[in-house]
Amino acid sequence: MITVSGARKSYGDFTALDDVSLEIPPGSLTALLGPSGSGKSTLLRAIAGLETLDSGRVAIAGVDVTGLPPQKRGIGFVFQHYAAFKHMTVRDNVAFGLTIRRKPKAQVRAKVDELLEIVGLEGFQHRYPSQLSGGQRQRMALARALAVDPEVLLLDEPFGALDAKVRADLRRWLRRLHDEVHVTTVLVTHDQEEALDVADRIAVLNKGGIEQVGNPVDLYDRPANDFVMSFLGSVARLGGLLVRPHDIELSRDRAAAVAADRSVPGSPGVIDAVVERVVRLGFEVRVELRAHTGERFAAQLTRAEADALALRPGDEVHARARQTQDVLEVDPALAI
Amino acid sequence: MKVSTPTRLTLRVVALGYLVVLLLVPVVLILWRTFEPGVGAFLDSVRTPAAISALNLSLLIVAIVVPLNVVFGVGTALALVRGRFRGRGVLQAVVDLPFAVSPIVVGVALIMLWGVGGWFGFVERSGFKVIFGLPGMVIATLFVTLPFVVREVEPVLHEIGTEQEQAAATLGASSWQTFWRITLPAIRWGLTYGVVLTVARALGEFGAVIMVSSGFPGVSQTLTLLVHSRYLDDHNTYGAYAAATLLMGLAVVTLLLMTVLDRKRSTR
Repeated sequence: MITVSGARKSYGDFTALDDVSLEIPPGSLTALLGPSGSGKSTLLRAIAGLETLDSGRVAIAGVDVTGLPPQKRGIGFVFQHYAAFKHMTVRDNVAFGLTIRRKPKAQVRAKVDELLEIVGLEGFQHRYPSQLSGGQRQRMALARALAVDPEVLLLDEPFGALDAKVRADLRRWLRRLHDEVHVTTVLVTHDQEEALDVADRIAVLNKGGIEQVGNPVDLYDRPANDFVMSFLGSVARLGGLLVRPHDIELSRDRAAAVAADRSVPGSPGVIDAVVERVVRLGFEVRVELRAHTGERFAAQLTRAEADALALRPGDEVHARARQTQDVLEVDPALAI
Repeated sequence: MKVSTPTRLTLRVVALGYLVVLLLVPVVLILWRTFEPGVGAFLDSVRTPAAISALNLSLLIVAIVVPLNVVFGVGTALALVRGRFRGRGVLQAVVDLPFAVSPIVVGVALIMLWGVGGWFGFVERSGFKVIFGLPGMVIATLFVTLPFVVREVEPVLHEIGTEQEQAAATLGASSWQTFWRITLPAIRWGLTYGVVLTVARALGEFGAVIMVSSGFPGVSQTLTLLVHSRYLDDHNTYGAYAAATLLMGLAVVTLLLMTVLDRKRSTR
């Protein structure tokens, strides 16, 4: 369990953290999600002790660690660019924390072997980091962080330097690893898909403050504000309201659309629009539309739906929202 | 740009000729003159008490200068790269001063500072011989060799950044442990290169050392001073050639060492 209360940090004129309080439950995998400059990395580094707060406190497992250096916080930290010890073999890298603690050789060896097996690097003990791929280096860094049995595991954009395919594989692997070792984990990312994929809790940060904390489903379906809504997944503006593109239904029959729309509370109504472009993206189809009011928006259809409608540019359709979200405040600056 | 064959050949001949006349001919000439009377004569000439004492003194100065430069060089490089303090720019410029100042000026300045009438004259007056003694020669050599370790280690420190050290800290290593286990191994090639340059420069230093040495053969002559005095004072031309060859031999060994290390560094 990690508790951050009233954390503030600024660099000159720039406020990185503005009175942030956050509680991370034990055993959870929490993602700190936000755009660059939102303060998410600063918050993580403050928990690790790699950054000192201007004010505020950090407690790990009930112990106030605000004044403690990183060495004494019982953490494991994984850096975006691996921070591999280049002059050491994989074995020595993973063993580092244990060697520092002067653990008996046999115990170190057993622990390192076990960890290398967990992260799938058995047989790589004698390689140097330069002989590993990016994904392997990051798994080595994870093993190294886990070797000291940390109270909490902190990951700073751990997959940010990897290509898309490796990144997707590795985050699923991280999820499985977390289910095995159950260590309280905090992951910093700017990738909403990554956060939704691995985390069981997400804290959305913006401009040094926390916008919303909750489980992924809640955040996606009941965003606290327009920022959270537009940051977690794409949005379309329909009749002045933000709607998920996959919640937009297109119909050629206006009367049927109006009838169906009656059952949707808070609906923006039926919008008449003209198809501008139809883009097939594998399984889904994105339809770009222009409303009669001149507003442009995009709807996301399944292939079957799109085929049934047989849409072509220039066609007249009627759009409605299948459901709307209770966004608490509407920020006109976030119109898409 | 396409260069015609005659032009290219001419350029090549000019460049090679330049190198041969400037570098190769003098060296070969000395080697030839040294070994002309046979290896025995060379060995006799470098085994005189004065020559042995000069070799020992040169090596002793190297042995004192190198560790000092390593400690302060690494410290200065760390301060320059990691430090955020007032006067960093000034320090940056001061480090290069020995490159800019002629060694003989250094010698004169040291006499003015450490000599009997100088600011630090009390040391000399108390009976501890700085000028015209070993300490003076060491200080003069330290001055001229100061930038090498700093300038070789600095870019490596820049390159490695601080992430590895932060990682070590999160794994429980103290700053001392981090320095020995992470920072030092990471900068070791730059440091070695700096040491080799320091050795070569310390062996070859002449201008600053001649000013602060009493220059007695067998007592306070380094190898460079021996070459100088044999040639000019003793008119022992052959002895000068032999001592020069010995000096060159040491330099070549350091140079070879440097090349080997450089190759090793680039393959890593």
